This record gives sequence, structure tokens and C-alpha cells, in this order.
Amino acid sequence: MAERFTKSMARNIYLGGSTFFILLFLVLTFDTQSRAMPERDNRDQLTEEVVRGKHVWENNNCVGCHSLMGEGAYFAPELANVFDRRGAADSDVFKAYMNAWMNAMPTNVPGRRQMPQFNLTDQEINDLSSFLEWTSKIDDNGWPPNIEG
Amino acid sequence: MKYESQRVAMPYFIFALVLFAGQIVFGLVLGMQYVVGDFLFPEIPFNVARMVHTNLLIVWLLFGFMGATYYLVPEEAQTELYSPLLAWILFWVFAVAGTLTILGYLFVDYATLADITMNKLLPTMGREFLEQPTITKIGIALVVVGFLFNIMMTALKGRKTVVNIVLITGLIGLAVLWLFSFYNPSNLTTDKYFWWFVVHLWVEGVWELIMAAILAYVLIKITGVDREVIEKWLYIIIAMALITGIIGTGHHFFWIGPPEYWLWLGSVFSALEPLPFFMMVLFAFTMINRRKRNHPNKAAMLWAMGTAVMAFLGAGVWGFLHTLAPINYYTHGTQLTAAHGHMAFYGAYVMIVLTIISYAMPIMRGRPYGNSNTAQVVEMWGFWLMTISMVFITLFLTGAGILQIWLQRIPESGEALSFMATQDNIVLFYWARMIAGCFFMAGLVVYFGSFFIKGQASFDEEVRGAAIQDA
Repeated sequence: MAERFTKSMARNIYLGGSTFFILLFLVLTFDTQSRAMPERDNRDQLTEEVVRGKHVWENNNCVGCHSLMGEGAYFAPELANVFDRRGAADSDVFKAYMNAWMNAMPTNVPGRRQMPQFNLTDQEINDLSSFLEWTSKIDDNGWPPNIEG
Repeated sequence: MKYESQRVAMPYFIFALVLFAGQIVFGLVLGMQYVVGDFLFPEIPFNVARMVHTNLLIVWLLFGFMGATYYLVPEEAQTELYSPLLAWILFWVFAVAGTLTILGYLFVDYATLADITMNKLLPTMGREFLEQPTITKIGIALVVVGFLFNIMMTALKGRKTVVNIVLITGLIGLAVLWLFSFYNPSNLTTDKYFWWFVVHLWVEGVWELIMAAILAYVLIKITGVDREVIEKWLYIIIAMALITGIIGTGHHFFWIGPPEYWLWLGSVFSALEPLPFFMMVLFAFTMINRRKRNHPNKAAMLWAMGTAVMAFLGAGVWGFLHTLAPINYYTHGTQLTAAHGHMAFYGAYVMIVLTIISYAMPIMRGRPYGNSNTAQVVEMWGFWLMTISMVFITLFLTGAGILQIWLQRIPESGEALSFMATQDNIVLFYWARMIAGCFFMAGLVVYFGSFFIKGQASFDEEVRGAAIQDA
């Protein structure tokens, strides 16, 4: 680097640049959280059931195999759109499907990936289904590209 | 080693390496589960092995960062560590808490673990990388606060160098951002948004400060280049890291609910994120070219160059491959993400910790000029075996990812293959990755072997110019 570019100039770029972008990030975060998100995440439908379902999702570490909106592990299918894929976008169909699925695990087919039996109660399965249904309705800029997730 | 208290870094480094070995063992378990789905089922389901694999990585890197800090801060500040006793106490607290948590993952059903650790009172569990019971999270916070107190008391009473200031800034950032791990709102989109405040702002933010500071310290030591020059580079690198990386967080906001302006902001700024890593490559090679001494610890120099290059490839190039929103739309959450994650973590953070270990460990063991030539040759074999294996792991996962995108993501609904059908089609890549993983394990064994070779390098091996006093 040229001699006239001094250490204190480098330090000022660091301090000025990082301060500016931290502030910008905070402003954008404020805008995202307070103005934009309420219109996109249908929080008016965030019922008790959905909240309990999120805890079922977390307490069983579902994200350790599955992805949800593309985040998580890539060992098992994406679940943010499973309501559309397996439930035909119908609450009752989806809940019936989930009940059958969760109770049928594991398949014990030799050599295949296995989903553990989590021994969820009917209500927990119901809550989890509501959580996944709510998640499927978040405006996520049209992701995933197709129904397979 | 100039100050006796620097030696407290030793247990941190040793424990870090032990956990590293554990991480790789579980990596192999996961690799097997990708090819033989029911491998070790139901004893160790995939989610448990993955949790152990990723959490061991995080914890051993933290041990590595702490060891590096205990080693270099006193020397930079030219004073003894404020309290070696506190450092020892925190070592045992962290080691015991970390071990118990991992054992908890392995031997207790996760829902039961959540129950007995009273997750209900402050639910923070069950989120990727933040799976630790709340009590462990509190423990980590307390250990880090005690550690920061010890380090800041040391730094404040001594010489203030740029390396120390940048390192400590990074560590404070690490501690502050960790607090977001306690925030788990019931709205999933808000949860995810602030989850990235820990995950992204750690690895693409403040950890880069830590990495750059450690790299700068090692380069000062092994090249003898004037501190002024190195500090100028350090400032400009971390400036680039934060200027690009903070708004670059937006590349995680594309598909999880936040508004569309993040598609632009995230794409543009994260496309610039390779810059600081590219500058680190220039930095390492320029300093080594202009070296004023030939440090006999050649292995440490190899690691320093290696970490810069691999971080640029893994974090920079492999990150850029899928960071633009129109591309990420198809690649998000595929094996391509896994490919990037593996090489980025290995190149940037594993290798920087191994760099400082390679430099500092021989000194702490009474070998001021480094290990014997034989030991260094063996260590370099470990370097190449692990690094080349990681390149292949990354390439095979990239292949798997591209095929996955081609089969599962690009076709229309109805024509696209299902997730599981796609997985069956790409199993060959998973076998190849598994083999590369075994070579990585072999490299790790060779690397560990280098620690057991006796003898040391001597002062006479400095051929070009006399060893100057440390700047």
C-alpha cells in the first residue's frame, strides 16, 4: 500500500464504516420488524395452538433433520410447505395426515433413513400441525420454487 | 514465551483438539447415515449426531479462541495475565459444562433433556446450532464474561496494541451477540430474524475480527515485519469485514419473511463479503514475502498461509456462488449450503485456531524455535491430508447440491423429483464424500501424531538475517 495511506486513515475507515453500517442495520431492522413484518407473517393468526406447536417443534429438535423455510438440516424434507404438499392446503386433511404419519414412525425399512417415534399426544400433533400450517402462510417471497421444497 | 501466565493457554488448546477429534468422529457417523440411512438407528438418530457434530465445533473453536487470547494478550500487553487462577477455574467450568451437555445430547432423549433442564421457564432450545439447554447457554455467557473481565484487566494495565484492541473488540461482540440466543419469540419469522444475529454476525462479523487479529499476531511473530505495516492491514481487513458483512446479513433474509428490499441489500453486500478474505490472502503472502526473518517454525507459516487461502475459497468463493438472490432462490437449503459451510468453517476458523496452536504450542512446551524438523514434516502431512480432504468433501457436496437443484428445485411442481427420490439419485456423491471424510480423519491422526515427536528446531535454522527482537 502507498506510504501516504496511513494507519490512522485505515483505522478511521474501520471506525467510521462499521459505525455507519451498524446504525443502518439497526434502522433497517426497525423498519423490517415494525412496519413490514406484520403485513407478511399473518401474525393475527398466531394462535395459542400455533405457539404450542412451535414448542413441540423445538422440544423434539425437528430442525436437526428437517429444514424449515430452507434453514436447518438437509437430511429430511423441507416442512414450511408440507401443509400444501401433504395436506392439500386443507387443515383437516393435513391433521389427519400428520396423525397417521407421526404414529407410523419409524418405518424400520432396512437401509432407509429413519424418523424416530416421538410419542406425541394427539394434542401435540394437532398443535404441531397448526404451527406448520401457519408457517406455510408466511410471505417468503415465493420460496420454495416448487411443491417439493 | 515471555510471560509465565501465557501457559494457561495450554489446557484450552489441548481440550479444543480433543473436542475436534470428537467432532470428526460424529462427522463420520453423519456421513455414514447419508449413505446407510438406518446406521446406528435408533441409538444415535441423525439429529443427535448432527447436534453433537456442530456443537462440538462451536465449543472447541471457543476453546481455541480463548486459548489464543490467553496466549497473545499478555505478550502484546507486555504484562502477566490478570488472573491465571480465574482462567483455570473458567477452563474447568466450561470443560465440565460442555462435556455434560454433549453427554446429555447422547444419552438423554432431547424432549426429556428440555424437560429436566426446565426449558419451559425460558425456552431457547431446539433451534439450529442453539440446541444447548438454557442452563448451558447461561453457563457459556458467564464463562465468557469472566474470561473478558480477565482479559480486559490484563490489556488495560499494559501496552495497548492494535492486535489486542481488535481481538478484544471481536470477543466483546461475540459476548454481546450471544445474548440474542436467549431471545426466542413465539413468532417464527421474528425468531429466525434474530437467530441470525448470533449465527451470521458471529461467523461473518465479529469472528472475522478475532481471526484477523490472531493472523496478524502470528504474522508479526514469524515474519518480523514492522508492526505498523501489519496493523494498517489489520484495520483495513476488519473494516471490509464489517462494512460488507453487517448488511450482508440480508442474504439470510431472502426467504424467511422479511421484505423484498433485503433481496437487493443482501445480494449486493454479501457479494462483497469475499473482499476481506481476499485481502487476508494478500496480507499473509505479502508479509511472508517481505519477511525480515526465517522463522524455523515452517509449519506455523504453512498454517497461516493455508487459513487465508482456504477461508477465501470456502467463505469467499463458495459463499459467493450462491449468495445472489436469483441463484439462492434455487440453492437455498441444499447440499450446496452444506458444501459452503464445511469449507468456510474449516478454512477460516478451524485453521486459524490450528495456526496459533502450531505457533504457540511448541513455545509453551519449551521449544522456542518450534518443533523438530521431523515433527514439522509430520504436522505438514496432517495439514495437507486434512486440507485436501476438505477440498474434496466440498467438491462432492457441491456436486450433490447441483444435482439436487437440477432434479428437485428447477423442474415445475409435478415434474420435480421429491426430496427423498432426489437423495437416492445423488447417493454416489455421498459415498465419495464419506471416503474423503475418512481421509480427513487419517489426516487428523497424523496431525495428532506430530505432537508426540520429540526434539526441537534451533536458532541456527534462521538463515536469512538475524532474528530480530520481537516488535
